[in-house]
Parts: sequence; C-alpha cells; structure tokens
Amino acid sequence: MKSTAELQAIRDKLEVEKGYSCAVGENDTKIAVCFDDDGVAAAREVVRTFMNEIEKRRLVNVKVLQSGSKAKVDDEPIVEVTVPGKKTVRHTKVDPDKASQIIANIK
Amino acid sequence: MLERAHIMVCGGTGCTSGNSRKVLEEFERKLTEHGVRDEVKLIMTGCFGLCARGPIVAVYPDGAFYQHVKVEDVEEIVSEHIVKGRQVTRLLGSERTESGEVMPINQTPFYRSQKRIVLRNCGRINPENIDEYIAFDGYKAYEKCVKEMTPESVIQLVTDSGLRGRGGAGFPTGKKWLSSYNAKDDQKYIVCNADEGDPGAFMDRSVLEGDPHSVIEAMMIAGYAVGATQGYVYVRAEYPIAVQRLQIAIDQARAYGILGKNAMGLGHAFDMEIRLGAGAFVCGEATALIHSIEGHRGEPTQKPPHLAEHGLWGKPTVLNNVETYANIPQIILNGPEWFKSMGTEKSAGTKVFALGGKIMNTGLVEIPMGTTLRTIIEEIGGGIPNGKKFKAAQTGGPSGGCIPASLIDTPIDYDNLIAIGAMMGSGGLIVMDEDNCMVDIAKFFLEFTVDESCGKCTPCRIGNKRLYEMLDKITQGKGTMEDLDKMEELCKYIKANSLCGLGQTAPNPVLSTLKYFRDEYIAHVRDKKCPAGVCKALLNYVIDKEKCIGCGMCARQCPASAISKTDYVAPGHKLPSMQIDPEKCVKCGACMSTCKFGAISKK
Repeated sequence: MKSTAELQAIRDKLEVEKGYSCAVGENDTKIAVCFDDDGVAAAREVVRTFMNEIEKRRLVNVKVLQSGSKAKVDDEPIVEVTVPGKKTVRHTKVDPDKASQIIANIK
Repeated sequence: MLERAHIMVCGGTGCTSGNSRKVLEEFERKLTEHGVRDEVKLIMTGCFGLCARGPIVAVYPDGAFYQHVKVEDVEEIVSEHIVKGRQVTRLLGSERTESGEVMPINQTPFYRSQKRIVLRNCGRINPENIDEYIAFDGYKAYEKCVKEMTPESVIQLVTDSGLRGRGGAGFPTGKKWLSSYNAKDDQKYIVCNADEGDPGAFMDRSVLEGDPHSVIEAMMIAGYAVGATQGYVYVRAEYPIAVQRLQIAIDQARAYGILGKNAMGLGHAFDMEIRLGAGAFVCGEATALIHSIEGHRGEPTQKPPHLAEHGLWGKPTVLNNVETYANIPQIILNGPEWFKSMGTEKSAGTKVFALGGKIMNTGLVEIPMGTTLRTIIEEIGGGIPNGKKFKAAQTGGPSGGCIPASLIDTPIDYDNLIAIGAMMGSGGLIVMDEDNCMVDIAKFFLEFTVDESCGKCTPCRIGNKRLYEMLDKITQGKGTMEDLDKMEELCKYIKANSLCGLGQTAPNPVLSTLKYFRDEYIAHVRDKKCPAGVCKALLNYVIDKEKCIGCGMCARQCPASAISKTDYVAPGHKLPSMQIDPEKCVKCGACMSTCKFGAISKK
C-alpha cells in the first residue's frame, strides 16, 4: 500500500456491506419483504433486486429484511417500507420491476 | 451481489470447544443445499461475551442472537430464518419484553449495562480479514497520528485521556510512554504483554482472537510516539487460536504494506513479531517477560532500572498489556474527553472482566469503571445459580483479594479495589457462593502461586510454601489460633521483601480472607468445622435414621463400602435404616447425591 488513500478506498468499498453486519438501527430505512411458504421463489427475486439496487446506488442506511406472511397471500410478496420518522408504506404484489421503482423513490 | 444477511458464528475459544467450527461447516453445507449461499455472508468472529450460552450464532441485520446452537439446529435456522424469514424462536434466549416478544440482544440485562470499546469488534468482524477491520475505521487512528500529530502531542493525548494500565497495576500509560520517549537511544522497542496467566481470566485472549489488528495498530502508534521501530507480542503458547489469528493479522498487515518500511507512504517504519511463552505465570511480570523474550530464563530482576530506560536488550522499552493497547486507537479517534466521560475521576474508560465461578452468565463483559459489583453480578451476570446466596468475589486472581458480600455496592475502579484489600488485576472475576469455603479458596490461589514461583528470591520461594503449609494444616483441622497470627505476620513479611510482583501479591488472597472471613478460619481452628462443608477432613456424612427408608441405594453407590444396615427400623418404614462408618468413609458425597429422601447430610 503506497498511500492512505488506498485504505480509504477499502472503507468506501465496504461501506454498504458493513451495514449488514450490524443490527438494524434507528436511522435505517427498513424494507420488509413479507411472504408465505408458497411465495418463497417470487419473494426471492424481489429481495435479490433490492440487494442489487442497494449495491448499485450505494444506499448505506437501507436494510432489507425478510418476514413472515401478512395473512394476505393473494397480495404477496408484500413490501413494507419504513423510513425513520415516517409512516410505513405498504406495496402489494411486488415484482422485480416494482422493486426497482420502490428503491428509486427512497432518498 | 451484496449479501442480504450476515451469519456470524462465534470462534472464541469457549464456543470453539462447544463445536462452533462444525456449526460453521454445517451452515456452509446447508446454505449451499438450499441454494442461498451467494445471498448470505458466513463468517467466524471473535467472542460475543456470553460464553455460558455458546455456541453463539448471530444473524444480521435482523439481529437474531441464537444461543446453544448445535449442528442439528443449523437446518432449521437456514430453512426457516434464512429462506423464509422466520426466526427460530426456541433458540433465541429466554429474555422477553413486556409485550412478550423476544428482547433485542442489546436490551438484555447481559448487554445493556455494558459499554464495549475494547471489545467493539469482537463478534462484529472476521478477525482473519484485515479489510473488515479497515472498514470499521481500522488504521485510521495511526494515520491521524502520523499525518496530523507530533509524537509529543500523541503522548500528551494519551496522558490527557487518563488511560491506566489494564494489566493490573494501573500505571498511567501516557507517563510510561513519556519516559521511553525521553530516553535517548538509537533503538527502542514496543512490547505487548499477552501472557495472561490468572486462573479464570481470558480478556486478552479474546481481544487477540476477536480483534488482533487493534493491538497491531496501537503498537504502531506507540512506536511512532516514542520513536521505536520494532515490536514484540509476548503471548503464551497455550493460546493457539489467539497466536494463529495474530500471526494472520501481522502477515496481512505486512502484505498490505501497513507494517514495514514507509508504511502507506507516511514515512514511518514499524514491524513486529510474536514471541511465544511457555506459560510460566511469572513471565507476566515485566522484567521476567523481557528476559524470556531475550531467550533467557524467565526470572525477574530488581527495578529500577525501569524498562522505559533499560528494557529489552538494554534499550528503552514500552510494555503494555493487550487491553491497554486495544483502547488506544479509539482514544486517538474520539479524543481524551470522550474517554474521560466514561468511568470515574481517577479511573477513566472501561474495563473488561472475565466472569466465572458461581454465576449464571459466565463470560466476557466490558463495563465503565465505577460500575458496582452488584450490577455486574446481579444484572449482567444474571445472579447466582440454584438460588444460592452470594458470598464473595475474587478479583485479580491469585494476586488479588476477595470482596465480601457486605461490600457489594463498591464501585469498581483501581483505587477502590486497593482500598478494600483487593486489586483490579488483569480482570478475572470469580464469584463464590455459600458453598465455597474461604480458607479453601485462599489455599487454592496460594497453591497456584507456590507452584508458579520462579524460586529466585527466598521470601517468595520459602515464605509462600510455609504459608501454604499453615493453610493446609488449618483445613485439616490441626491449626491453632497462634497460626492465624503467624500467618498474618508472614504475609506482611513476604509482601515487603519479595523481589517481584508475584511474591509481593501472593499473600493477598490469604490476607483479604483473613480480614473479611476470620470467623471461618476460627471455625476451622477452634470448632474443627468447615462451615461451607468443603474441607474434607472436617466433614462427616451422617444418615438421619428417622428419614432413611433403608432402600440401600447409598450403599450400592459407596466406593469404600462404608455403609451398612442398622438394627433400627424407623416408625412407618419397613426396612432397617442405614449407617455410615466414619472410619471407612472417603467423603466423596456419592451417597448424599444418590439419596432421594434427603436422609443424608454433611456435618
């Protein structure tokens, strides 16, 4: 390593990833993906889209969590977005396209 | 792709012995089987602290804290939690919030009163990956020192923080650095004392296992501050995981050009090596440690000259303990005021304790100085098992003393502990309940120091041996009241005349138990009784002939064939009662634990 800029480069590179090695904090935007046993495959695509978008957009304080069914199987996967200090917004029947839009709206 | 979950398996020595490596392998297999391996990051971390409930597996960002995880549990965690997003409640620990939900781990009694600075990265990063340490502000403090500060201002900052040596004696770290800085020489050394030898203490081991880079960075900072270019870590070979992780860390730091000449283009050079100790307790003493590194027999020598002027190979040397070093980078980054805001006036910061003995939550805790013993034992430690009563706590291991139940509200810091006849020591905290005999405890610790005495000076070599013999006599029921006074006198003589810290502190357990539990000594001497029922020579097992139904279970368990039938049949029973022949009895207690009718007791 020839300069401390390289150290900083490592920190920048891992900044998003390191957020996932801690518990969700008060300042984090939570994205909860809720689904039933039958919806595993569909939900997985949604979660993967979220993760790719977060990585691409380098959203440090956005955490994706998987959660159990909300007993409204027809609407699942349901995505609940909670921005700190704001009311939770629920999105129904989310697919990868919709997931990308949801992420785009998170500041 | 960015991983959506991090599974952290504890790789501390405690959890490793609980098979956590197998758990890690099983996770690897199951994650692959379920096709989610690429979505999950799986790492082995350092110690989480709650060793009593290990192996521990934490899943983030959910913050699920699985306890007592067995290899068989892994399938359920992966298929339910990782695949379907449902936490496996049965493995989450028993703490519940008022509304009946699983309590978040940082709000449980064990963690909520803790303040983790030294242990901040333990259980958070993979200690075998330097990038993770760097991601959590690693090597930033070193960069700040070399780029923005002069060596003098680094030393001043450490002095201002009020940091005191965490190895036990509590010498101000800044002052130590300043003396080495002032000593003029062409070569100086930075040494880390990782020769943790107290029975029941494992703070330094856990730091090296969980966050080795924090020690490396701190030694580099010390090197910059005093003008040293070479460091040594003296660690005992009995800590194989710690040694291995530290070596990996040093190799990675070297490969990155962090250790070595002109590190990161900052113009400062520092390199370091590990020196393995063979595990002699005396080698934790400064001068003996230095001799051991030099390749000589690990024996102490007279001070002065102090190490700051005449240390390793006769050169100025800074010697600090692992925990002291682990504080340094955080102090540099957050400033002395931040550090002083924790703890008490004369003891700033936090202290790591290894909780052991008769306590529910055996493990590693870090608390601000000034926390009371009551908080540590009743809240963090979860109290004494089996509803027993707290009797005393031993701090500082064989060099320290005991704190009796009457002083449970003492705020723990260096000066308070000295004042009550105990000492901080490196931070072992052994809890004792009413079933512990204090004479026996004193004997146990003294036996350890007698074994570990290097034999160089007479007061320690012979004095402690004689002291031990007197204690042994008392536990045999052969002591006299005169012995108690003689012991006290001998203790004072040994303390005043021994060459090094080992001898000077060896009588402490005897002195402090004599001070606080003299009545127990008197019971042994005058009444020939051990109130706690520990000292075998003073014990008799007896059968209550009215309660005994004559089933004979005890006689079948007795290894000495000391139990036989009597002629007496108690009213309401059909078979004759049993009796114990005290001549044949070996006092193993097997009969008492077998009896279902509570007819056998110790007297």
